[in-house]
Amino acid sequence: MSAVALLAGLGVLAALAAFAPRARRVQLVATILVAVEVVGAIVAIHVLVIDHPLAGHTTSLLPITGLHIDLTPLGALFTLTTAVVAFAATIHWVGYRRHAMSSVGASCAFALFVTSLLLVPAAGDIVTFLVLWEIMALTSLALVAHDHALRDEARQAAWWYGAMTQGGAALITLGLVVLGAHAKDPSFASIAASAHHLPGATRAAVFLALFIGFAAKAGLVPAHVWLPRAHAEAPAPASALLSGAMVNLGIYGIVLTRTLLGVGPTWWWLVAGFFGVISALYGSLYAATSTDLKRLLAYSTSDNMGLVVIGLAASGFFFAKHPAASSLALIASLVLVTAHALYKSTLFLGAGSVQYATHERNLDQLGGLARTMPVTSVAVVIGALSVAALPPLNGFSAEWLVVQSLVHGLAGADPVTTVATAVFVAALALTGGLTIVAFVKAVGIGFFGRARSEQAAHAREVPVSMRIGPGITATACVVFGVAPGLTLSAITRASATVAPNRSGMTATLAGFHLGALRGAVDPLALALGAVAATLVVAALRQSRGPAGAAKLRSFEPWGSGRVLTSARMQYTATSFAEPLQRVFDDVLAPQHDLDVSHAVESRYYIERVAYVSANDDVVERRLFRPVLALARWWGVRARGIANGSVHRYLAYGFVVLVLALVVVS
Amino acid sequence: MNLATFAVGAVQLALVVVGGPLLLGLMRRVRSRLEGRDGPPITQPWRDIAKLAHKQRTRPTESSWIFSAAPLVLVATAATVATLAPLIALTPPLAASTDFIAVIFVLLVGSVALALAALDTGTAFGGMGASRALTIGALVEPALLVAVLALSLPLHSTNLVAIVADGSRHASVLVGPSHLLALASFIVVILAESGRLPVDNPSTHLELTMIYEALILEYSGPDLALVTLGESMRLAIWLGLFVNLVAPAGVAANAGAAALVLGLVAVAAKVALVGTIVAVYEVTTAKLRLFRLPELLAGGFILALLGVVTGAVMR
Repeated sequence: MSAVALLAGLGVLAALAAFAPRARRVQLVATILVAVEVVGAIVAIHVLVIDHPLAGHTTSLLPITGLHIDLTPLGALFTLTTAVVAFAATIHWVGYRRHAMSSVGASCAFALFVTSLLLVPAAGDIVTFLVLWEIMALTSLALVAHDHALRDEARQAAWWYGAMTQGGAALITLGLVVLGAHAKDPSFASIAASAHHLPGATRAAVFLALFIGFAAKAGLVPAHVWLPRAHAEAPAPASALLSGAMVNLGIYGIVLTRTLLGVGPTWWWLVAGFFGVISALYGSLYAATSTDLKRLLAYSTSDNMGLVVIGLAASGFFFAKHPAASSLALIASLVLVTAHALYKSTLFLGAGSVQYATHERNLDQLGGLARTMPVTSVAVVIGALSVAALPPLNGFSAEWLVVQSLVHGLAGADPVTTVATAVFVAALALTGGLTIVAFVKAVGIGFFGRARSEQAAHAREVPVSMRIGPGITATACVVFGVAPGLTLSAITRASATVAPNRSGMTATLAGFHLGALRGAVDPLALALGAVAATLVVAALRQSRGPAGAAKLRSFEPWGSGRVLTSARMQYTATSFAEPLQRVFDDVLAPQHDLDVSHAVESRYYIERVAYVSANDDVVERRLFRPVLALARWWGVRARGIANGSVHRYLAYGFVVLVLALVVVS
Repeated sequence: MNLATFAVGAVQLALVVVGGPLLLGLMRRVRSRLEGRDGPPITQPWRDIAKLAHKQRTRPTESSWIFSAAPLVLVATAATVATLAPLIALTPPLAASTDFIAVIFVLLVGSVALALAALDTGTAFGGMGASRALTIGALVEPALLVAVLALSLPLHSTNLVAIVADGSRHASVLVGPSHLLALASFIVVILAESGRLPVDNPSTHLELTMIYEALILEYSGPDLALVTLGESMRLAIWLGLFVNLVAPAGVAANAGAAALVLGLVAVAAKVALVGTIVAVYEVTTAKLRLFRLPELLAGGFILALLGVVTGAVMR
């Protein structure tokens, strides 16, 4: 408990340090924040090692209910993940301050944001949880709105994010309050003990309210619309935390819902799985067709959270018939959450470095950065290959586990679950393929090839702290990818907070072994084999042929018989995704506009051709825009009622009072 | 893990390295004969590789490290799979962790490396090849994984060695409807993954229709030799896995010398037969338009999905 108090105290101190003079502000705040993160990591590791919750209660800070801390192994896993991501982001921020995020407000918000992210999983009752949740929401809103004075997009992003996050919080509050009203006190432990006494309909309603509320935080479709805007507009260290830590807490919330309410009927998890599938497919499809690097990453976050929810859903509906597969699915989702935190923060920090160096995040204007920014580009390549779930990186072992849980869960499945499971596997596979397209595009167009603009051609490698930040998380992606067994005991303990582990799964340093469920994977052996083979082949390539032949000579690439001079002849991100966009034309419904102006003299001469292609979010356009238009229409109509006359307003008040009295009597 | 399993791995690797280009040569030979030409001898791919290996290495002016690394990764990943997969015997090294999905993803690493290298060349062709190859790759994926799910049903395991061993012990598994449907879907997958007709024409150099050839257009000399070798090894691996899933007869159950020789001959003969059938099919069919491919691949997916559903219902 005192350690959590120390963490909170240091966090507040970091926020106060933001008022230091400009010259030393960011370094000072970052130093204290590193201490906060180290304390958070130590507390979390302690809880995971002793495998026992850390609980405490204080009434001095909050009147009436007080603050209630209860850090379970499950919460500790999320705190630990956040601590690692926040550590990398804080280090990156030290260099990034020359680009943005050096003001008092931004530094203060960042410090409080990190602290609240570390503390939310430690909340032990409803009030503490909601207070910390709101601090997290408001500080992150301030960071999303960071560039509000410069760009209209940032203001828009802040509005969308604010509305979605508050809407979600309202549903979460509603659900938790209903649960709290039926429990003897508002602590999560007593709610979990009493929730099964609730009538089925109430439990279902609470489940839906909490699921939707937390899904909005996790960025599940259709509540994802804030994500591509907010993640793209927030400064890089903040967007790394939004995507690497905050969306995780949406998943934490869904898992928490299960601990509070119990597993419940199968249809709950079919609903959850449905939204998981939609998010995975929709997110990966938009990631594959986006040209803005940070929007692409944000859509991919939506997609990954969809996969995690598929795992959670599988764990829910295998629970009754196949407990081993259910445990496996839960563990798989948690592995995927932690893996996602590491690779996505690498990518967002890397994208921030690219923005720092080129002032550009449109892939169609980038290219050739692998030569000018070698360290950043290696980190980004590692992150991208991890998202693409390629062995031996951490995304692979995580997705392998999810697939395994589905394969084994089929053993005890009824027809409905069989079809659902097959659909889940297909969704996972298509998502995997589309993710590969998205990230080969992001890396291949953005970092390889020739520079497509002046800024990209003159990019210089970023300051050392901005190389260390993503370097840390990228290294973690490789280490936990090659040796996935390292994290398994911690994650198994975390999953035991929710349900006892029945998977019988074991891990060696090298890989996972599923025990009674037949199956194993060994990324270390695969990596060693492939690396050894690469070295042998490389040696053969060097040794063949006459002296000097092994030396590389560079030539102009083939330009169909003419000398290739322009980098504009390369494929762009738009053209790269064009076949896919055409295949999924019905879903994406992209808008094209071709405007040909003819010369005045003759229609045979064309003066100008303008081609506009927009690929905006179809859920936003078809679902949210009509709602907003309706609200606007109603607002305009309502102007007639509110004409500024005080007498009229008094009359309204009187009428409503009379009506209220009539209703009450 | 003992020495005998590694001997099996070494023999398999040797078979795939030597046999891959020969398989390519055989398929070209069959095609030429059916087209009324005599065609090059089946050792021609090896002669090309030997010739290319002695040439100067080149790279496009503005390329980076990935361009040099990709051919190595392509060959190395194929070699890893060739060693670990149950091709001639049921006792390859690390049999307990030779997972079907892991095998697929290791091969995928090679494709991704090649696509990145193609984008690294900074030409329109590289981008065209990478874009088309990966679009097809993405659409193949659902059919492939659901087919694996259908194949995993009898054992509830995606361990590749266990699946092949189960087939070789119980012939009833091989004729089960879910197994057959999954393999039918597998045919579509293999044609797409290895760039054969009707998905891609491996012998075209017409700029606007080519997929794979555009991808590797900038490679020459030793790097092109490696790319050719790697691709032929991948084709041999896909066909080898396919024949062992369809008819595992002859696959060695232990690492004895006689059994290994028998397994080697059996697998080589079966792959040669299937390769010939693919070549005959290629002569009789035309390349599909790129935007008609999703229909073919969706067909493969439906077959695999039916495989899962029938397998689960009939249990």
